Amino acid sequence: MSNNKKQKLMGYRRPNGEVGIRNHVLILPTITCSTQTAQRITELVDGTVTFIHQHGCAQVGEDYDQTFRTYVGMGSNPNVYGVVVLGLGCETHQARSVAEELKKTGKPVEVVSIQDNGGTLSTIAEGAKIAVKMVQDASAQQKEPFDFSELIIGTECGGSDACSGLSANPAVGRVSDKIVDLGGTAILAETTELIGAEHLLAERAVNDQVSKRVYEVINAMEDRAIKAGVDIRTGNPSPGNIKGGLSSLEEKSLGAATKAGTRPLQELINYAEKPSKKGLVWMDTPGQDIEQLTGMAAGGAQVILFTSGRGTPTGSPIVPVLKIATNTGIYEKMSENMDINAGTIIEGKETVDSVSDRILDEIVATCSGKKSKAEILKQHDFGIWRIGPTF
Amino acid sequence: MTNKNYKTVMMNSKDKVAVALTKIEKGTTVEVNCENQLFAVTLMDELEFGHKFAVLPIKRGEDILKYGEVIGVANRDISPGEHVHIHNLDGKRGRGDKLVKQQETKINGV
Repeated sequence: MSNNKKQKLMGYRRPNGEVGIRNHVLILPTITCSTQTAQRITELVDGTVTFIHQHGCAQVGEDYDQTFRTYVGMGSNPNVYGVVVLGLGCETHQARSVAEELKKTGKPVEVVSIQDNGGTLSTIAEGAKIAVKMVQDASAQQKEPFDFSELIIGTECGGSDACSGLSANPAVGRVSDKIVDLGGTAILAETTELIGAEHLLAERAVNDQVSKRVYEVINAMEDRAIKAGVDIRTGNPSPGNIKGGLSSLEEKSLGAATKAGTRPLQELINYAEKPSKKGLVWMDTPGQDIEQLTGMAAGGAQVILFTSGRGTPTGSPIVPVLKIATNTGIYEKMSENMDINAGTIIEGKETVDSVSDRILDEIVATCSGKKSKAEILKQHDFGIWRIGPTF
Repeated sequence: MTNKNYKTVMMNSKDKVAVALTKIEKGTTVEVNCENQLFAVTLMDELEFGHKFAVLPIKRGEDILKYGEVIGVANRDISPGEHVHIHNLDGKRGRGDKLVKQQETKINGV
């Protein structure tokens, strides 16, 4: 048994009391038109990150709200020290409105607009100047101890195989239980990949309202496939999942659900929403890896555990993503992408519990600065779950 | 005597399928142990790592269980030792294609 429960985590305390395990300056483009300019700034200023996307204009209603919430969530994530919000000027998702929300966290926030600055080059200069100061201020901040109860971990599986439900997912489930028992929060997501396992989670809901919400989000997701007039199996499980031995969405879901451990389900939150409760929380996201990862990062997760049987490079610009292999073959074959091997469970060399201890040790190490493979390879993936058309 | 150069797992005593945890040749007789029940099954197909095979006979239309939970339905009779996958197992959830077929049937008056 490792002594990780006794270990204190080290992180950066934010003005609103939250704690980050990274100290990024985020160049946040609120509109696709400003993503290239944001990219240029990150090339000039060390310590800054950004993300490329296609959104932020000609969106309405709930779809507008969800994109807005995702931007604000990314900037609010405690792994972010400060934010340069970069807009074009005429877009629907106004940089200023995003910045107003971000300022509520108390962290440094500045707005730069391409149209106000008179073009790309002066905007790059203006944004870079602000970023230089933010990065230097961030580098002067000292880490301090924090408790597991202040930690939010996201859990995810992608590129699943038949081992996912036998090795890595049950091990992540044990980690989820341990984090919850230490007072922390674990986010379960990917609603699509819980279709067929929803009854097991509804039984664990803390009250009838949460149980009812479980069936609501599952039915809404399943209805989307039914309305499209297709077998959901044409998209999920994916061809890789099927090659790995998964025959149906239900089979994939039952394996995926083991990531949720065994603790009570406290609440069901919307995409990119911050959990209001500690313990096990379900965020309503699609199964698509990057969209769900982005939702959990915007929901405030400081670390994400990502199991994979087929292997995946995925990461986030602001959240360390620890990739856990479900089988030793893929761990060795994609060693530059995978952080932890849970395939030892399949080989009978380790138990689910001992692997969960190793994952917990890796979380502690990551909090203290050890870099995940995805961070080293600059896997700055980002994708918003769009729920409406572009006009 | 069975050759033990393979690994299998059967998750729950309600299940009728088990998972190959190594590649297993066609014709191999494998022992499957689940909650103190021992089964001997001769494989009718080659099995890739991670793929399922029937341990007990499954009738057409019968739910197929793994982890003691429903993972789909058999679209034909399946014999012990047969590979169980998308060719003989239909998912039951998210089946918009079935709705389309029903509508077509109604329109064509079949």
